[in-house]
Amino acid sequence: MKIREVQLSTTPDEQAIADLKLGDIVYLTGLLYTAREGVYTRALENQANLPLDLPTESAANFHCSPAATIREDGSFDMGAVTATASFRFAKWLPQWMQKTGAKLIIGKGGMSSEAYKEYFVPNGAVYLSTVGYGTGALLGRGIEKVEAVYWHEELGLAQAMWVIRCNKMGPFIVASDLDGNCLFERENKKIAKNLDKVYEGTRPAVLKRFGETDDREDELIG
Amino acid sequence: MISIDVIQSTAEQLMDKAAIEIPEDYHNGLRSAAKVETGSLSGYVIKAMLDNYDAAKEDRCAMCGDTGTPRWYVKMGNETTIEGGPIALEAALRRATANSTHRVPLRPNRVHPLWRTDHNNNVGIGAPEIEYGYEPGGEWIDLITVHKGGLFGTDYRMLFPSDGIEGIKRFYLDTLVAFGKRGLACQPAIIGIGLGGCKDTCMVLGKRAACLRVVGSKNPDPKIAELEAEFKELGNSIGMGAMGFVGKSMVIDCHIEVGYCHTGGMQMSMHAFCLSSRRAVARIYADGRVEYRTDPDWFTDYQRRETVEWPLSTHATLSEAPGG
Repeated sequence: MKIREVQLSTTPDEQAIADLKLGDIVYLTGLLYTAREGVYTRALENQANLPLDLPTESAANFHCSPAATIREDGSFDMGAVTATASFRFAKWLPQWMQKTGAKLIIGKGGMSSEAYKEYFVPNGAVYLSTVGYGTGALLGRGIEKVEAVYWHEELGLAQAMWVIRCNKMGPFIVASDLDGNCLFERENKKIAKNLDKVYEGTRPAVLKRFGETDDREDELIG
Repeated sequence: MISIDVIQSTAEQLMDKAAIEIPEDYHNGLRSAAKVETGSLSGYVIKAMLDNYDAAKEDRCAMCGDTGTPRWYVKMGNETTIEGGPIALEAALRRATANSTHRVPLRPNRVHPLWRTDHNNNVGIGAPEIEYGYEPGGEWIDLITVHKGGLFGTDYRMLFPSDGIEGIKRFYLDTLVAFGKRGLACQPAIIGIGLGGCKDTCMVLGKRAACLRVVGSKNPDPKIAELEAEFKELGNSIGMGAMGFVGKSMVIDCHIEVGYCHTGGMQMSMHAFCLSSRRAVARIYADGRVEYRTDPDWFTDYQRRETVEWPLSTHATLSEAPGG
């Protein structure tokens, strides 16, 4: 299977997003910002004013804490950038997308197809996953300039909102489409067919754990 | 006596090396995986990771943006003394961790578990961890830093003798499949398995098996070595590869370490040392010589000893350090 490479703006139009197919490799150009639990809590629960004009300046939300520091003269030193797992942010994402018009959610591991259908598709958004997930140095090469960092005093460097001007930053992989399909679930289904065979000859533990049963009245010895 | 200044400057070098340079043994392991991987997406991912290692070295930039939770393993020969004593040593390692976080830079991952306070330097309560080991002979200190990722791929379970190898296999597969989906464990990984000990030492053994042994090493017990080979094969036959895509590369190597446990139990822990298997090692001698390497060489015969006594004198004569 030939893997297709696509150049994409961080403020993509509807057609550009509609053209993306699961498994495409994407390189991004334009402004993107990092936002994860710290930024979401501050913006959505504490109602802090957003420091950027979104989505005009950027429609690309990267679930990322860069390996970065602020130099004494106020300039930035940013090396590697890699995503963090996105499923933990499902609590805030619907409201965030409404508020900011984000069209590209970039992170690690994707979301469920239910999440895609429920709030990605209605917002015209798709999910891009980083590759590996550790291609931090390659992604670092796509940084043209660190434009700004916001809320680092309140949230710390790892949770701060970093604004990055990128030039052909990648690779990213398209993990959802405008029909709400999920690349990871597609792969899981193929892998599941083989699992019974792999598990042959193994045995469940004699002492169960809650979580393996949801009935709290169950005995756990087996 | 080992100079404290040399300890700190060496520790800072090690922090850089661990974050930037993939160890040769893991690099070779992933190159071998690239040759046999037939999944188109998972093969693409492995190729991108290999390119990424080159980019990190060329740009002197951390290989992964999540630079893990830096920690230290310190090992000393029996005759070693440190300028300023153990308190000075721990201060030097904490300083090196903080300075390097700012300089490389690393991601300041370490925060308070409840208040999420971030000192922006990977230092805080209990961070970085510093663990110790000793060897019978010599006057030298080994500094080993490991920057392991901290969120996915690790689990613990109290198994019992009646669970047997079949139960161990089940927990092994469960953990690989559960954390392998969507690639949360950042596989293919070095899988470390701890068997026995007490709950806490079982976790420690498994983590050390993953982080302190090199790809290709074998447990000296031939039956355990056979299990390691079998488990590697089993993990790679799941049908899953990098990022949880269809493929055949989950496990670059499988290392099992054991410890004597309660007669009624068979504790098991699983640890995945990820695509950025970051470790760096240096030995410092009393005369100021520093030798860098990537093999921690942690699990010596002495570390795995079963007996009450250990013949100290024979090893003391093997001491490499002048005056040691």
